[in-house]
Amino acid sequence: MSRPSDYVDSGSAKRQPADDDNNSIEQPKLGFVGWIRFAWRQLTSMRTALFLLLMLAIAAVPGSLVPQRSSDPNGVTQYFRDNPSLAPVLDNMQFFDVYGSAWFSAIYLLLFISLIGCVIPRTKHHFQAMRARPPRTPARLNRLDSYTEQTVEGADAASAISSARTLLKKSGYRVEMYEGGGSLSVSAERGYLRETGNLVFHSALVGILLAIGVGGGFGYAGQRVVVEGQTFVNTLLDYNSFNPGRFFNPDTLSPYALTVDDFAVEYEKQNLDAYGQAIDYTAKVTTRSPGQEPEKQTIKVNEPLRYDNTDVYLLGNGYAPKITVRDPQGKAVFTDSVPFLPQDANLTSIGVVKVPDGLSDQLGMIGFFYPTAVKNASGAYTSTYPDLVYPLLTLNVYKGDLGINEGAPKSVYELVTDGMTQLTGGKTDVDSIELQPGQTADLPNGMGTVTFENSSPQQAAGNFDNTVPRFVSLDVHHDPSQGFVLLFAILVMLGLLTSLFVPRRRVWVKAVEKEDGSVTLQYAGLARGEDPGLRQAVDAIAYRHGTILGVPRDLRGTVKK
Amino acid sequence: MNLDELSVLSLWSAMAIYALAFIAFALDLAKRSAEVSAYADEQAAQASGAGSRVDGEQVASAGSAATTTTSRVSSTATIERVDEDASDVTPKRSATLRIGVALTIIGFLLHATADVTRGISAQRVPWANMYEFAMTGTLLIVMVFLMVIVKVDLRFLGTFVMGLVLILLGVSGVNFYVAVVPLPPALQSAWLIIHVFVASLGTAFFGLGFALSAIQLFQHRRELAGKDLKLLKLKFLATLPSSERLENLAYRVNIVGFIFWTFTLMAGSIWAERAWGRYWGWDTKEVWTFIIWVIYAGYIHARATRGWRGSRSAWLAIIGFAAVMFNFTIVNIFFKGLHAYSGL
Repeated sequence: MSRPSDYVDSGSAKRQPADDDNNSIEQPKLGFVGWIRFAWRQLTSMRTALFLLLMLAIAAVPGSLVPQRSSDPNGVTQYFRDNPSLAPVLDNMQFFDVYGSAWFSAIYLLLFISLIGCVIPRTKHHFQAMRARPPRTPARLNRLDSYTEQTVEGADAASAISSARTLLKKSGYRVEMYEGGGSLSVSAERGYLRETGNLVFHSALVGILLAIGVGGGFGYAGQRVVVEGQTFVNTLLDYNSFNPGRFFNPDTLSPYALTVDDFAVEYEKQNLDAYGQAIDYTAKVTTRSPGQEPEKQTIKVNEPLRYDNTDVYLLGNGYAPKITVRDPQGKAVFTDSVPFLPQDANLTSIGVVKVPDGLSDQLGMIGFFYPTAVKNASGAYTSTYPDLVYPLLTLNVYKGDLGINEGAPKSVYELVTDGMTQLTGGKTDVDSIELQPGQTADLPNGMGTVTFENSSPQQAAGNFDNTVPRFVSLDVHHDPSQGFVLLFAILVMLGLLTSLFVPRRRVWVKAVEKEDGSVTLQYAGLARGEDPGLRQAVDAIAYRHGTILGVPRDLRGTVKK
Repeated sequence: MNLDELSVLSLWSAMAIYALAFIAFALDLAKRSAEVSAYADEQAAQASGAGSRVDGEQVASAGSAATTTTSRVSSTATIERVDEDASDVTPKRSATLRIGVALTIIGFLLHATADVTRGISAQRVPWANMYEFAMTGTLLIVMVFLMVIVKVDLRFLGTFVMGLVLILLGVSGVNFYVAVVPLPPALQSAWLIIHVFVASLGTAFFGLGFALSAIQLFQHRRELAGKDLKLLKLKFLATLPSSERLENLAYRVNIVGFIFWTFTLMAGSIWAERAWGRYWGWDTKEVWTFIIWVIYAGYIHARATRGWRGSRSAWLAIIGFAAVMFNFTIVNIFFKGLHAYSGL
């Protein structure tokens, strides 16, 4: 069986009744092997493939309705908060991991098994078909839809058929001569590429699945926040987060270092409809590999850095104010550029400073940074422009237990204030500390001082360009399957094009010699698969053949009487 | 008046012309219905043997008239192929229909002007937000329609095509309009030109395929109802090709759409890898592009599955296009994802 039994071969085939109305027929009992065969036939039938395809489409829908852990983990957390009773139920049914869920996997795996079960016998059959001779000419060609005929005088059947054979061969047909029943004929077939394309298409789909499933396991994806001037080293320890594939071996990490020298953002200033919209992000970096000269490179949003088997993407950015905390004696107990997470388009940002040691108490600060601070009517600050026009840092200070003494990892972007006392801001009646670059303020209770460092101290007063460093969020990926997926995708495309647009057809030309010395030439074609151009093709062959044989015609191609 | 204002003006003028074209196409359908009624009356009169056949040549002639004459030489008999796919009633040449097509062409030129001026005023391809995408997408629908009717007489689809384009343009012009703004860094890529353009081209073909499949279903119901033209509700159906012919046409249009859609999906993946750091991440728009691809893959399979040809596969094409529209409107506006470029 080369094709599933419910496959419709010919595009012009008349509709056949569904074959499920034959219940009245007495059927023999199936044995064990019979049942296996039956199940396999069912699985590899066209109807099952179609059913599984539609199931796949339906099963993919929930993943767009509910946030997915893979693409939107924060959305999932939020969903649990908003729907505390529904979320666990959905979670049980793997609705937050739809595309890795048991039911989604079951559908596509069955679909691919069905596909393989269909493709293998078809490949075998196709190999045989490509080596076989075009089939014997049917006895009554005039029964075919595309039948046409013409009569020529003064020609013999043998030469007419031989010229038809040459013509068909030149047109890309494989030809075979047949003789019998008082007539000579040529049988021709073309368009084997259609089936080849179909098989390539389906095999390449399997290829994509395998490349993703196997090749993807050897890769990894890591995220790292790097402040201007800082260096990132490609080791497990230096990543902020790291997602290895199933078969990933940490020893395979390419040893290199990457320094972010400068990060420049360009804002729209002419178009008032888009004033302040970022129109360009450019990170200038230097890469260093052992035993090699440092290289200057550029990373932009649509231009990732391809370096040493990894792809480095620029996926986020923000401000990282440099903050120094000193004890009452003036000794620095904390100094760092702290990445502040942007909250809106004008980069109002929130960050956290934790000072565990060196002061009388552990100290925590929640900071708000406004690149262009404006006080609104209610007295609260907002940022009105994303660049540094009037930068302002406000700090709410807490003292007490930071909750990091047990060594348990805590988010650097979050301050748990449960065990702490608030000293400034909020309901404390003490104003938050407000700082501009270069300014220093006293901490409450004489605990010491805090300084918002100015990164460009030589700048004239009132010009805040580059006074606050920026950070970039880099994604570093290694995916050995990517190239294979692309290769298979190209094969999918080529296979699809040939399988849908190359017509597979058989054409026959038969010559019947008549008693009056004339020869009747019969032409007919048979479509195998969709073939809207069959009739025109047969007519064209008849016409061209007539021309070769010298059928008289006027200039418009009409046959002269 | 700046270029964008000119663009908006051209677009609304185009819509006015399209509305007139819509009316002309609708009138043509009404005329077809009237012709079918007249033909049915005449048939009835003939059957009862009362009336004589007046003006028989002018009244539409019955099906199986469309024939192909093969090449004849000397004494050989003429072989006539019976075209089973032809309509039951051949419509007369219709001036309204030709006016409809002419108006469509004028509207198309204005529409194209709107699109091009928008592009020049934005100094980039005019399909970077929902408003522009709708404008270019509908332009392509009309273009594909005008190109197809040169080869195959699908002018009877004019009412549908104009109706769809008018609705999409109206909604976009009123609700999706945004002023020209520069591209955000993520959109600054050559893939914007390729990926989005091919997506709109695919949408245009799917739209045409949808119309053919929908009419196929009506036609199929009519054919099941029998040949009595008097009982027919949508009488103009008798002047349209058979459901099988419509099905074949729909298939040919839809597979072209499917090729473009496959390419959209791949080009999108290549772009996503460069811009977002991964080629596939089940973003909501990716999910729906995938769903649409699978539905149309199912449609193509259905065409080759016994018992699924005909109306069942037509339903799949209709569901497929509904998903395309859903993807363009609901997913763009209400679903959270990385494809947040509606500009709204």
